[in-house]
Amino acid sequence: MKLLYEKSRPGRRASSLPRPELPAAEVPEELRRASPPRLPEISEPELVRHFTALADRTFGVDTGFYPLGSCTMKHNPRVNERVVNLPGFRDLHPLQEEDASQGALELMWRLQEILAEIVGLPSVSLQPAAGSQGELTGLLLMRAYFADRGEGDQRREIVIPDTAHGTNPASVTMAGYKLVDVKTDPRGNVDVDDLRGKVGPQTAGLMLTNPSTLGLFDEGIEEITRIFHEAGALMYYDGANLNAICGISRPGDFGFDIVHFNLHKTFSQPHGGGGPGGGPIAVREGEAFRLDYERPKTIGKVRGFCGPFGVFVRSYAYIRSYGPALREMSEVAVLNANYLLARLKDTYEAPFDRLCMHEFVLSGRKLKREHGVTTLDVAKRLMDYGFHPPTIYFPLIVPEALMIEPTETEAKETLDAFADAMLAIAREAAGQPELLKEAPHVRPVKRLDEVRAAKQPVVRYRFEQHEDPQGAGEARQLEAQKGA
Amino acid sequence: MSFLSLTEQDREQMLETIGVDSIDELFEQIPVGVRLGQALELEPALSEPELVVHLTELAARNIDTGREVSFLGAGIYDHYVPAVVDAVLARGEFLTAYTPYQPEMSQGVLQAIFEYQTAICELTGMDVSNASGYDGTTVAADACYLARQATGRSRVVLTEALNPQVRQVVKTYAPGFGLDVVELPHRDGTTDPDELRAAAGEAACVIFQQPNFFGCLEPAPDLAAAANDAGALSVAHVDPVSLGVLEAPGAYGCALAIGEGQSAGNYQSYGGPHYGFLAARSEFIRRMPGRISGETVDSEGKRGFVLTLQTREQHIRREKATSNITTNQTLLALAGFVHLSWLGPQGLRELGETCLALSRYAKERLSDAGLELVFPEKATFKEFAVRVGRPGKEAIRDARAAGIHPGYALGRDYAGLDDALLVAVTEKRTTAEIDSLVEVLAA
Repeated sequence: MKLLYEKSRPGRRASSLPRPELPAAEVPEELRRASPPRLPEISEPELVRHFTALADRTFGVDTGFYPLGSCTMKHNPRVNERVVNLPGFRDLHPLQEEDASQGALELMWRLQEILAEIVGLPSVSLQPAAGSQGELTGLLLMRAYFADRGEGDQRREIVIPDTAHGTNPASVTMAGYKLVDVKTDPRGNVDVDDLRGKVGPQTAGLMLTNPSTLGLFDEGIEEITRIFHEAGALMYYDGANLNAICGISRPGDFGFDIVHFNLHKTFSQPHGGGGPGGGPIAVREGEAFRLDYERPKTIGKVRGFCGPFGVFVRSYAYIRSYGPALREMSEVAVLNANYLLARLKDTYEAPFDRLCMHEFVLSGRKLKREHGVTTLDVAKRLMDYGFHPPTIYFPLIVPEALMIEPTETEAKETLDAFADAMLAIAREAAGQPELLKEAPHVRPVKRLDEVRAAKQPVVRYRFEQHEDPQGAGEARQLEAQKGA
Repeated sequence: MSFLSLTEQDREQMLETIGVDSIDELFEQIPVGVRLGQALELEPALSEPELVVHLTELAARNIDTGREVSFLGAGIYDHYVPAVVDAVLARGEFLTAYTPYQPEMSQGVLQAIFEYQTAICELTGMDVSNASGYDGTTVAADACYLARQATGRSRVVLTEALNPQVRQVVKTYAPGFGLDVVELPHRDGTTDPDELRAAAGEAACVIFQQPNFFGCLEPAPDLAAAANDAGALSVAHVDPVSLGVLEAPGAYGCALAIGEGQSAGNYQSYGGPHYGFLAARSEFIRRMPGRISGETVDSEGKRGFVLTLQTREQHIRREKATSNITTNQTLLALAGFVHLSWLGPQGLRELGETCLALSRYAKERLSDAGLELVFPEKATFKEFAVRVGRPGKEAIRDARAAGIHPGYALGRDYAGLDDALLVAVTEKRTTAEIDSLVEVLAA
C-alpha cells in the first residue's frame, strides 16, 4: 500500500489550531527554519483510513494466537486502558507538587510493595524503562557496590549462561564489564562443573534467567547460589520468564540479590508493536544498595522522572484483578505450555526430555535433515494457518530452534488448533515441501528479502526518487497489489 | 478469574494428555528448597467495577492539567493531543502486537515505523532515525555511546543549559561506557561558542539543547561548528514541535539530533511512557542503537518493510551490539507520527508561531507588571525564566491556591535562581489565562 507521503497533496491538512490575535513573534533570522519539513499533507478522513489500513496489516494478540517465546504475549485486559486514560493519571505533569500527586505516588508505592512481595526482595525502583534497562541498572548497582567495598578493580567479570537473551551480554558491555560464558548441561541446566572453574575473586556476579530460555527451571539453582555467594559475588535474576513462577517460587528466597521485572510481559502492559515496557528492579535490603537518586551513594537516575507511569497503572490494575490468586496465572501458563509440548514432542524434537515451565523449545532439525525444510519455512507456513510464528533460531544452542510460549490466557481450542497446524505442516514438509518454502501465501506480502534491506539500506522515504507529485503511475500499480 | 480461558474439564483433559495427575506435578522440577510454601500476601482481588472505583479514587487525588491552569513544562508539556491519536492507538492490532520480528505478519507496524523515521529525519534534517528510544534522557546516553565508538575519545561535553535530568542520566551511564563528563557553564542563559570549542578538544561529542532548558535559543549553528571544529560529534537535543519555526540541526551541521518526543503526540502521563528520538547523518547508520525499519521487496518484487541492519543489535551481536535496547517505545512514537501527520508542515509552523506569540505576550505582560525576566536579552520559543521576587516554591504555592500552576522552580537545579520560575506557554493557554498568571505572580 502507499505511504502516507505518497498520499500527501499540497494544501491539505487535518489540524485546526488556536490562532490568538497577537503580534507575530519573530525568530532570529539565523535560527529560523529555511525550508519546511516534508510532513504529510493529508485530511483527517484520509489520515484515519491510512492508519486503519496499517492496523489491518498488523497482527496482534487481539487478532490471534501469538506464541512468541520469551515475550509472554498474553491478553491485555481492556479495563487497564480505561483506567490509564483517567485524566487524573493521563494529564498529570511529572513535576506537579507532591500534595497534588498523592494518587500517583500512592499507586507507585502500592506497586512497589506488590513487586517486592512477588520476588521476595524488599526494595524496589520503578524507574527503568524496559527489561534491558533494568539489567543495566542492576549491573551499575553491582559496580557501585564493589567500588564502595574497594573491590571495583578486582571484580571485572559477569558470568552468563549460553542460553541467555542477547540483552544480557550487551548490558554487560555497556556496564563496562567483561563477559564470561558458561555452558548448559545435557539436562538443560547450567553446567555446574564448567561454572566452578569460572567463578572466583574476579567475579562480580551472575546473570541468570530462571526458568531459562529453554523453558526449564534450573535444578541446580541451590548449588549455583552457593558457588557465587562463597566467591563473594552477586546474583542477578533476569525476570523475563517470571510469568512461570509467580506465587510458586521467589528469586529473593533462593539467593538472588537483584531482580528485574518485565511489566509488559508478566503484568500485561500491551506490547505496542515494540513498546513501551517497564523494567523495575528489586534488590536485597542492606548497606549495599541505594535506589533513591538523592542519596549520597546513588548510581544516579537511569531515566527521566519516575519511570513509565502509565505502565505502572496498567500493571497495578492487572495484579489487583488477580489478588493472591496470581499463582493461578503462572499455573495455567505452565499447564498450557506442557499441553502443547505433549502434543508436539513426538513430531518435532524436544532437545530435553523433561516437563517444561511456561514455554518450551523444539528443534526442527529432523525436518531439515529429512525434507530440506527449515525452521524459517515452518514459521512462515504457520502464518498461512493464521498464527503468529514462535520465536525462531533462539536459544542459539538448539539447532533449528522453535521457542513456543502460549501464555495462560489461551483457550484449549486455540492450543489444539495450533498443534494441529504444526502437525499438518510436518506432514506437508514430507509431501509438499514447496508449500513451506514458498510460504506465506496469504499475507499482504510474500517472503521478504531481508538481505537486500541490509545491504542497500533504505530507511526513510526518498522524496527525490518519487518525483511524480500526484503519484499517479505508482498509485495504480500499488492499488493493483493491494488485494494480494 | 476472567482473563483465563480454561474450563475444569479442559484442565483435566490437558493433564491427562501431558501424563500427570495434577498441576503441582508440573512444578516438581523446582527444588523443594526454593519453593514458596505459602500464598503471596497480596490484597484481595477486585472485580472490574471495583477496580475502576479504586483507580478513579486514586486518580482523583491528583491535580491534573484539566483542573489547574498549567504553565509547568521543564521537559514535559501540556500540548494538545488530537483525537485521531486516541483513535489510532485504540486499535488492538497496534496495541497488542510486539516487535515485528516476522515482517509478513507486521507490515502495518513496520510501514508506520518507516513513516515515523521519515518524519523524524525531515524534522531534524538527518538521514537516518531509529524506531525510538526510551525517552529524551536515555537517547542522550545512546548518543554518547555512539560517539565513544565512532571517535575513540573518552570525554563528553554537556552544556549546563541542557535539561538537568538528561545530564544526570548521561552521568549514570558514563562510568560503564568509560566516559568522563564535562559540564560547560552557561553565560547569561546560553552557551558561549568559543568556550565550547575549547572544551570540545578531546571530546567524543558535545550535547546542547535547542531551545535550551531555560527556553532560550542557543546560537546553535555556532555551537555545532565549534564542536565540529574540535573533532567532536555535535549533538542537538531538540523539541520536535519547535522544528516548524526553528532550523533543523542537520541544516546547521550537527552529526546527531536527539530529543524527547512527548511534545508531539503524547499525554503528560506523570512522565511516561513517552518516546525519545535519535537521528543521525548517514555515515553513522551502522552504529545506530535500536530498531530500524527498512524498505525491501518480497519474492515477487513488491515493496515491503523489515527490521533491518539487525547485525548491530543484541539478539545477533550480543556483547558487541551497539546497544542493549530491545523493547522500545513504538506505540508512543506512532502517536507522535499521527500527531505530526495531523499537523502537517503548515500546522506545525502555526503551532510554533502560536507558542512564540503567546509566550512573548506572557513575557511582556509579566515585565509590564514589574517582574524581571532572568535572561531578558535572549530570544525564546515557548518557555522562559522569570524572577518572582521570593522563593519559587512560595510563588508556586500561592498561585496554586488561585488555581494556577505557574511553572517550575529553577532553584532546584541552578544556584542563584531560587527566586526564578520556568514558565511554559503552549498553544492550549489563552491570553486570559496568561493575564491571570500575571495577576497572581505580581500580587
